[in-house]
Amino acid sequence: MAVITFSINGEPVSGRQDESILEIARQHNIRIPTLCHLDGLSDVGACRLCLVEVEGTAKLFPACSTFPSENMVVRTDTDRLRRYRRTIVELLASEGNHQCAVCVVNNHCELQNLAYQVGLEHVRVQYLFPRKDLDASHRDYIIDRNRCVLCTRCVRVCHEVEGAHVWDIANRGINCEIIADMHQPWGTSDSCTSCGKCVLVCPVGALIEKGATVAEMEKHRAFLPYIMTARTKHEWIARAIEED
Amino acid sequence: MATSAKPRVATVWLGGCSGCHMSLLDLDERLIELADRMELVFSPIADVKEYPANVDVALVEGAVSSEEHEHMARLIRTRSRCVVSFGDCATTGNVTALRNRFSVNDLMKRSYVELAPGGPAMPSTVISPLADTARPLHEVIPVDAFLHGCPPTAEEIWFAVDALLQGRIPELPNVYLRYG
Repeated sequence: MAVITFSINGEPVSGRQDESILEIARQHNIRIPTLCHLDGLSDVGACRLCLVEVEGTAKLFPACSTFPSENMVVRTDTDRLRRYRRTIVELLASEGNHQCAVCVVNNHCELQNLAYQVGLEHVRVQYLFPRKDLDASHRDYIIDRNRCVLCTRCVRVCHEVEGAHVWDIANRGINCEIIADMHQPWGTSDSCTSCGKCVLVCPVGALIEKGATVAEMEKHRAFLPYIMTARTKHEWIARAIEED
Repeated sequence: MATSAKPRVATVWLGGCSGCHMSLLDLDERLIELADRMELVFSPIADVKEYPANVDVALVEGAVSSEEHEHMARLIRTRSRCVVSFGDCATTGNVTALRNRFSVNDLMKRSYVELAPGGPAMPSTVISPLADTARPLHEVIPVDAFLHGCPPTAEEIWFAVDALLQGRIPELPNVYLRYG
């Protein structure tokens, strides 16, 4: 595999041709905020938080699904990118109903952490307070669409790892929502194996275990790279899970 | 009221649970220092009926949830130099905004008729009509600074009030940026 050398924020870096800018940045301890990306799942570039600037073009590129070329000049932390990232988090906050104080994942939430990272001291766009549904028909789990950020991690983990493909996306734009099977109550899904992977990968409190109360639910996600490493490399490395 | 050079401070309770005010009282012995450094001209814990003129700093708890709240918010803005959203309900709507998915009529029926033990009746004169939605304060009036948390910690309040009393808009360090 060819090795590419290029620069991120003026620092010379190198990586394999099949590694994304995000992966290479992380190997060099350069932090790029992400939300839809999760180690062990394919990348879709849905959340746009990892957008980076590339010299020579006005277009912005999602670092998770952009691959470097020789001598590329990448910037990850310009004023423009910081402004856009904050705006993205503001739009996510305003398009859902995120009441941290009464959420099961309060203090363990990736959206909350992003809000702190981008310095979101208030939301400058108008809150939409949309009317969204909560589905508690499953025996063990709940999907609360009020808190969904449409990262599609649940869709991907169910399809790519569990192989059940219960979840999908219906509608477009502001009406986008995660649906089970043929747009039916989750509890009536024939394809759901009740494995709970979707619940664990959900970055927010949209997919949760029944019985958890405010700030009680912590999600551990190290199982995913463990499964995927075992599956692809036949190496069973449990250390990350023990530390998680 | 005695003329003094001390900053004139108001605290206001709109659509919130008063938890932010409780947290203010958690300043404990620092309240004594505060009493020396400021004049409390309006507050749920002071017996003052009218929001006065020439307020230097107004801490406003709660979302704007009724016609009275909106009237009050505008009055606060015209009579105060610096308006601070005090806690998550003022800053985001938070728990107060949970009711936004229901119509006001359904809410009132549920609260005052269906769940009322004995003599259920819709209030007509005493309570200000609810607005269609509860909104964060800055969607109604311009706000100068934001305190976070449900409620904000006494430390965050102290940091902010200390800066405000020195005539500065507090630049809160990231450690105080905590929702929920």
